[in-house]
Amino acid sequence: MTFHTRDALVLDALLAHVAGPGAGGTCAFLGTVRNGAGEGDVTAIEYSGHEPMVDAEFSRILAEVGERWPGVRVAVRHRLGLVPVGAASIAIAVAAPHRAEAFAACRYVIEAVKTRVPVWKKEHHADGTATWVDPSGHPVVGSG
Amino acid sequence: MRNGTPGTVRVRFFARYAELVGREETALTVPFPATVGDVVRRIRAELPGGADIPERPLTAVNSRHVRLEASVQDGDEVALLPPLAGGCPAPVATRPPARRSSPSR
Repeated sequence: MTFHTRDALVLDALLAHVAGPGAGGTCAFLGTVRNGAGEGDVTAIEYSGHEPMVDAEFSRILAEVGERWPGVRVAVRHRLGLVPVGAASIAIAVAAPHRAEAFAACRYVIEAVKTRVPVWKKEHHADGTATWVDPSGHPVVGSG
Repeated sequence: MRNGTPGTVRVRFFARYAELVGREETALTVPFPATVGDVVRRIRAELPGGADIPERPLTAVNSRHVRLEASVQDGDEVALLPPLAGGCPAPVATRPPARRSSPSR
């Protein structure tokens, strides 16, 4: 199963994948590229990853969701490559019998992604420079 | 594998670590038994730019997060992972179950 793509994310496709007669609540999450916490001069973020491990880790996360919330359906894609400001880098759709499970499982997935899925961000700035981003959101010294 | 028997692991570098060492992977011959920590020490000592990689980076073996104490075997892929975009994970396994004959956990 592939959970990453270099194409623009299409939330409707993920929503269609999780739709079903047993779904009473569906939760969708989009993570989008913003223009930066500092000077706001970020034009895009370049996402790179350990691609086989991205898929393996997503598979493990979704298996955990299935164990914790039986009956919940999840579809997720992470975009890799250069993603411009305003575009989505990750999309998650979760359908559950009730809204509480949908919200909880969606939150579980995005939090797990942030700490476990091997994807890295390089901010591209308006002046043509680029800097790796560390987990706190600050540029890594010596990068670029 | 008998003690001291050499084998080869494929070491992969990503993102900033790949820039530090100027490559995305290298093959490393190590005497077994060996741990991920042994591999990291060799990389830091022997590869140009390797010393700039932290002593205790995030690591994965065969696409699974592991601790530095995890063992490696001939043919394993050892990945050195810069801090992840959203924070540092708690490694979930002390040895990788992938590609082993033993059942995964």
